[in-house]
Amino acid sequence: MIRILSPVLIGIAALAPLVLPTYFVSVATQILIFAVLAMAVDLLAGFTGRTPLCHGAIFGTSAYVTIYAASVVGWPIGLAMLTGILAATCLAMVFGLLAVRTSGVYFLLLTLALGLIVWGVCLRWTEITGGENGLRAQLREDLGLSTRQLYVAVLVTVLCATAAMWRLVRSPFGLTMRGIKEGEGRMASLGYDVTLHLLIAFTASGFFAGVAGALYAVFNDFASPSIVQLSSSVQGLLMAIVGGVGTLFGGFVGAFVIIAMEQTVSAFTERWPTVLGLTFILMMIFAPEGVVGKARLLLKR
Amino acid sequence: MFQLLNGMTFAALLFVVASGFTLIFGLLRIVNLAHGALYLFGGYVGFTVGGIAGSFVVAAISAMIFVAAAGLVLDRGVLRLVRGGELRQVMLTLGVAFVLNDAGLVIWGGDTLTVPTPEALQGAVVIGSLFYPKFRLFVLAMGIAVFAGLWLLLNKTRLGALIRAGVDDREMVEACGINIKRVFLVTFMLGSALAGLGGVLGGTFLALYPGADAEILVFSLAVVIIGGRGSLVGAATGALLIGLLNTFGQVWFPQLAYFVIFGPMAALLAFRPLGLFGKEA
Repeated sequence: MIRILSPVLIGIAALAPLVLPTYFVSVATQILIFAVLAMAVDLLAGFTGRTPLCHGAIFGTSAYVTIYAASVVGWPIGLAMLTGILAATCLAMVFGLLAVRTSGVYFLLLTLALGLIVWGVCLRWTEITGGENGLRAQLREDLGLSTRQLYVAVLVTVLCATAAMWRLVRSPFGLTMRGIKEGEGRMASLGYDVTLHLLIAFTASGFFAGVAGALYAVFNDFASPSIVQLSSSVQGLLMAIVGGVGTLFGGFVGAFVIIAMEQTVSAFTERWPTVLGLTFILMMIFAPEGVVGKARLLLKR
Repeated sequence: MFQLLNGMTFAALLFVVASGFTLIFGLLRIVNLAHGALYLFGGYVGFTVGGIAGSFVVAAISAMIFVAAAGLVLDRGVLRLVRGGELRQVMLTLGVAFVLNDAGLVIWGGDTLTVPTPEALQGAVVIGSLFYPKFRLFVLAMGIAVFAGLWLLLNKTRLGALIRAGVDDREMVEACGINIKRVFLVTFMLGSALAGLGGVLGGTFLALYPGADAEILVFSLAVVIIGGRGSLVGAATGALLIGLLNTFGQVWFPQLAYFVIFGPMAALLAFRPLGLFGKEA
């Protein structure tokens, strides 16, 4: 089904900016960026069975580093973005080294605590991060991209990242990841180095979260502690869950649903966190397998 | 010396909050990520009631009752629906935390609030050549009292024996004909009440503001991760360690205080993934 659907969807996505008003193009850009974040979360949550709560921090680190390198240090934007992605990947590797030995709730807690350290650093290390004021830049202006052009650039990057993740989960390595999810002990007794595989998966997931973060830096031109805080990690995880854990492409659905909801709700009320929290609660009670997962279950019947 | 006392008083506050967290985690296997929100709510309720009644004791007690009731609603009303799935429960409490924090923002606004210090505890005590705020010493005393109270409860009462048995093997307790669900509920309410008490104490000598919940939550997490799930002594050790590290870290490396706390935590985890006093689940 994916083979038939995906060219159609990509075609629609590529043509969308020609017809949509600028505001919606910018919302669509945001959806694409967060879809990458959600898929990065899904790499871990859906394929290794380790649910992380630190991806907002990894994503935000990439955005911070990108903006800092480009606007304060004055590097070219491409190099700044690569540095951001590299920083995110390294951070993920460090987190991974600490966290992969644990599993289940402990893994969640540890990644949560690690993510909060990043938040604390961004808030307190005011000389570098600007504290609560955050960091500003004009990356998009410097690149001379219009909203529509930026959308196309983001779309191309996102498609490449998606293809890479798809390739990863379909590779022998991806199968090993699934094997670890289903039965860690068995994989270990088959001679697989579980810890190493998890560490690589964690680092890869951090790399993709970093890609999303670097794109977000260019898109948003602003990094503040709010993008590294817990709610950002939660939002990423929620998108992965809404889309359906273990479906990868569900990330697009999840990002679409959550961001469309945020845009709609924010127009009426400032109580977005309440709505987000309630969505989380209801999802957990009624549809923990997510939209795509639920659809698959229904189709199978 | 001054810093040492600061560290100890902060540790006492952490212990009050984290002991509730670890009780719930240990017995119910629920990681209540709304614990920080309950702490903040306790503080806010203490602020409001303290403002009306003018009494710190009334404020503290009403905050504890209110937050215990919130715990009751949370356990009976929401968590009941997802029994069994550990991760689902954790995420659900996270959703609850978001809702509670936002409600706190609506009711009490985004300003920094402090619960008024009771008159008897205002001012400072002279210790040698040192002037030290009375209230902070009171918090230290409260921390010790809570430890003693919980220790007695866990080790010398029937309920405590049930809780300890439940931590080790809950099926066996149920098989003995004990209504473990009631024990769970009491524990959940007790743990929540401790968060509420912590909120009033913390709201007096620190401050209450949106985001304080996340800060106290991460400290509690660190305490429990270091101490180990469901261990009272572990929580006390962890709180002392984190409290001192945090205080001295802030004095010596103000910008990197978080690293000073979490470095040791990470190092410890590398060797003992279940914490200092943790047992296999």
